[in-house]
Amino acid sequence: MLDKNGIAKRIAKEVQNGYYVNLGIGIPTLVANYVREDIEVEFQSENGVLGMGPFPFEGDEDADVINAGKQTITTLPGASFFDSATSFAMIRGKHVDLTILGAMEVAENGDIANWKIPGRMVKGMGGAMDLVASAENIIVAMMHTNKRGASKLLKKCSLPLTGVGCVKKIVTNLAVLEVTPKGFKLLERAPGILVKDIEKATEGTLIVEGDIPEMII
Amino acid sequence: MILKKVDSVQKALEGVKNNMTLMLGGFGLSGIPENAIAELVNLEVNGLTCISNNAGVDDFGLGLLLQKRQIKKMISSYVGENDEFERQMLSGELEVELIPQGTLAERCRAAQAGFPAIYTPAGYGTEVAEGKETREFDGKMHVLEHAFKADFAFVKAWKGDVAGNLIFKGTARNFNPCMCGAAKITVAEVEELLPVGELDPNQVHIPGIFVQRIFKGETYEKRIEQLTVRTR
Repeated sequence: MLDKNGIAKRIAKEVQNGYYVNLGIGIPTLVANYVREDIEVEFQSENGVLGMGPFPFEGDEDADVINAGKQTITTLPGASFFDSATSFAMIRGKHVDLTILGAMEVAENGDIANWKIPGRMVKGMGGAMDLVASAENIIVAMMHTNKRGASKLLKKCSLPLTGVGCVKKIVTNLAVLEVTPKGFKLLERAPGILVKDIEKATEGTLIVEGDIPEMII
Repeated sequence: MILKKVDSVQKALEGVKNNMTLMLGGFGLSGIPENAIAELVNLEVNGLTCISNNAGVDDFGLGLLLQKRQIKKMISSYVGENDEFERQMLSGELEVELIPQGTLAERCRAAQAGFPAIYTPAGYGTEVAEGKETREFDGKMHVLEHAFKADFAFVKAWKGDVAGNLIFKGTARNFNPCMCGAAKITVAEVEELLPVGELDPNQVHIPGIFVQRIFKGETYEKRIEQLTVRTR
């Protein structure tokens, strides 16, 4: 079974040379730590920066340079700042190549829910609805089950939706899956995890064809 | 040269009344109009509708207006860092309209640019689109979102000149440029207020035509919400 860093490591292998990438808060943020060093990638943060670098050294932090998680960051050579409308023009206009975000639930038709638990948690959708409505290449990074052990890969989402039919690929602590018209297609197993473990943890339709390889991380 | 400079925050906020709709720039606590917010607290205006990406934290930013119950309604995309906000919202004291961040930016920009409404794919098929007009373009569904109508826009820039030209710094830019000229009166506060001729016209982000009043903010706390650093 993978931990959060393991999920991030596996997703990092999906990042290709020349990609502009938007990373959500949580596990997706960790992906930046594992991208191959021999390729050129730029990270976009929707509050208005392209070319995000690592956290600043102690004492160098600047309240005017933060990411979408409100964390102090640095910029790399070639970086740019821009306003929020321009930022979402990059997203809505499909100029960003890859979007990686977390989810509370994903349905087998690609619906995603990640912004609201009625009556309990109402923080808002931030930029997630814009991202999922427009991005063509969306990978969801999440644990396969929630804290109570219930599956997060469902026939139908029970929580208010963030977007419809938009998720293409999911990487969890147990598996890599692709969303197909017939359901979740199992592509890879996490190290030490059996197909039956994944079947047990998946409420939605799981398609298992032939031998399922173990992930190479 | 048309002079936009006013000498004090009090003059800058002249005409702000109860029950008005205000736009306020900023993302989290970065690039918020700190001095205008402090003066709104002083003025004790209430019944306000505030259009702002976030709602501050408990004791800073728009959280200061929430504490005094001056806000009737918030229009935001993300409000997760404020316990008092959550309490007022769940108890029904505060009306809240949550909208996608890109839609928020574009509804400001539409008001600035004279578009009555825009179509966006964001939120289609979700509760955000409930009751709204939808339309298919090139095989994809879109939601009609209307331009905001606001009485005042309060924005914060890094440098400005007395003609109202503005330059922003870093990610403190965020929603501020989108809100300039998007309300009946735009009030800009700056860290550095310069005479005309001191800003290179090539570097101006927002031309003074979008700004009615400009003043130099007395102080800036620039509070950091999430301090993240590496060790040397």
